[in-house]
Amino acid sequence: MTGWLGPAEWQAVRLSLVVALWATAVSLTFALAAAYALARGRFAGRQALNVLVHLPLIMPPVVTGYGLLLLLGRRGPLGAALEQALGLVLAFRWTGAVVAAAVMAFPLSVRAIRQALEAVDPKLEQAAATLGASRLRIFATVTLPLILPGLLAGAILGFAKALGEFGATITFVSNIPGQTQTIPLAISAALDVPGAEPVALRLAAVSVVLAAAALAASEMLAARMARK
Amino acid sequence: MSLSVDIGHRAGAFSIEATFEAPGGVTALFGRSGAGKTTVVNAVAGLVRPQRGRIALGDRVLFEAGRTNLPPQRRRIGYVFQEPRLFPHMSVLANLRYGGTHDEARVIDLLGIGALLERRPGTLSGGEAARVALGRALMSAPEMLLLDEPLAALDAPRRAEVLGHLERLRDEVGIPMLYVSHELAEVARLATTLVLLDSGRVLRAGPLAQVLADPAAAHLFGDRGAGAVISARVVGHDSGDDLTEVDFDGGRLLLPGRVGRPGARLTVRIAAEDVILAGVAPLGLSALNVLEVEVTALADVPGGVAVGLSVGRAQLLARVTRRSAVKLDLRPGARVFAVVKATAMAPGDPGTAAGAPARDGS
Repeated sequence: MTGWLGPAEWQAVRLSLVVALWATAVSLTFALAAAYALARGRFAGRQALNVLVHLPLIMPPVVTGYGLLLLLGRRGPLGAALEQALGLVLAFRWTGAVVAAAVMAFPLSVRAIRQALEAVDPKLEQAAATLGASRLRIFATVTLPLILPGLLAGAILGFAKALGEFGATITFVSNIPGQTQTIPLAISAALDVPGAEPVALRLAAVSVVLAAAALAASEMLAARMARK
Repeated sequence: MSLSVDIGHRAGAFSIEATFEAPGGVTALFGRSGAGKTTVVNAVAGLVRPQRGRIALGDRVLFEAGRTNLPPQRRRIGYVFQEPRLFPHMSVLANLRYGGTHDEARVIDLLGIGALLERRPGTLSGGEAARVALGRALMSAPEMLLLDEPLAALDAPRRAEVLGHLERLRDEVGIPMLYVSHELAEVARLATTLVLLDSGRVLRAGPLAQVLADPAAAHLFGDRGAGAVISARVVGHDSGDDLTEVDFDGGRLLLPGRVGRPGARLTVRIAAEDVILAGVAPLGLSALNVLEVEVTALADVPGGVAVGLSVGRAQLLARVTRRSAVKLDLRPGARVFAVVKATAMAPGDPGTAAGAPARDGS
């Protein structure tokens, strides 16, 4: 296997996985909160939130990346604050690649989770309340278990999206081998180099395998949950 | 423990103004679909917030407009909904224990659900699910139980089965219940107090026997529904004729069939349409029961007159045509004879309330 993929290619694969896993975890947390607000909340600005959530899905990825650069770049208002407060630099680092991928995955996760939340019968939550359960306990013991398949679907969709993210990433954090060069960026770089096409082909194959594996894993988990 | 409700609530074109007391025992909230019964119960549970008024359980204020509004979690009120609302991802036992494990062994035994504990709600029959929902509410140690037509979704045999369990609860657990129904038969079997709700207004509230025998309320129950319910005690059986003789506050009655053991208490229903009035003591009738009664009140109902009657301390209700009312010169204070067909509704004695509708006592 190590002979099949060169060290630089391995680096891209490893980085891709790390970035996609982090991005999934980050986006899922926020997606759950946003989906809950959209599915259950009755507040002014719900429509605005809905549009905001969907922006990364409908805007050109390059625009999203450029927006991140403006906002989270070292001289951006949020980026400067983050660096000062936490010492966290996002621009042109792998952490920035995580943010770009998370932002792009976010709407897909929100949609999947929201759908699952809307399918949960609020009457069950009411019943739990009359049995004395606090809102937190109701969420943890009734709502969350019932949306688990949707949460899983949201995670897989987000993971796949993060793994394949290109436009926002290259705009926000550029294409730096070992730092921000994930598989799609590595493929793009390889295609620019004469004679490196086999590299691109191998990485493309890895992409397909990873995506298929993620889907298979989710199907298996879903089937297992359905049986329980 | 008594529940006092005095609320006003408006939602769209529908408004509720309801004031009543539920003094322990089983209080039936009776009315047609859309009368506002569920809204009232939801307000008691804390799932609906009324715009006006006050709800108190004993000396505990659950709701007072502008001041107090305890969330459902803190009301200590069990709620059995129209649908069982069991958590589909938990076993029956986990469902039961969700709100607590109060009196677990007894509740499981009382409802006969011991064999279901490992099952998933999806595999239960309607009657089983209804019993589990009932058990779940009870195990949360509520101070009062709300039941919103828990039998509505069940077929007749399941209905009888769950109704029997409800009677056992009433008699053996003694928890106050507010029972929503539009089925007079259920109400007459279970309730001690009746609150009549129509279009969001309380039309009558009081002891069941009193409200049912009130001629002014007769039109609310429809042609078939109107009729008195009296409490009686089995005296004995006539084995040859297949009859049961019972004793009540106004004399003795013969009921068809063999019901209960001697000494057992029974609820007996006498439908208004099954009472015939006569000016003189009738002779040579096929009917078995003739009572001398006094007219207490009259009220017009569609197609006739509802006549309130008293015999001893019991109250009966008859429905006659207007012509008969005139011919018999019916007015309060008049003494007439009532020819009565009575039927047993349910065993009313805790000792014999075995969880089934009235049946052979031998």
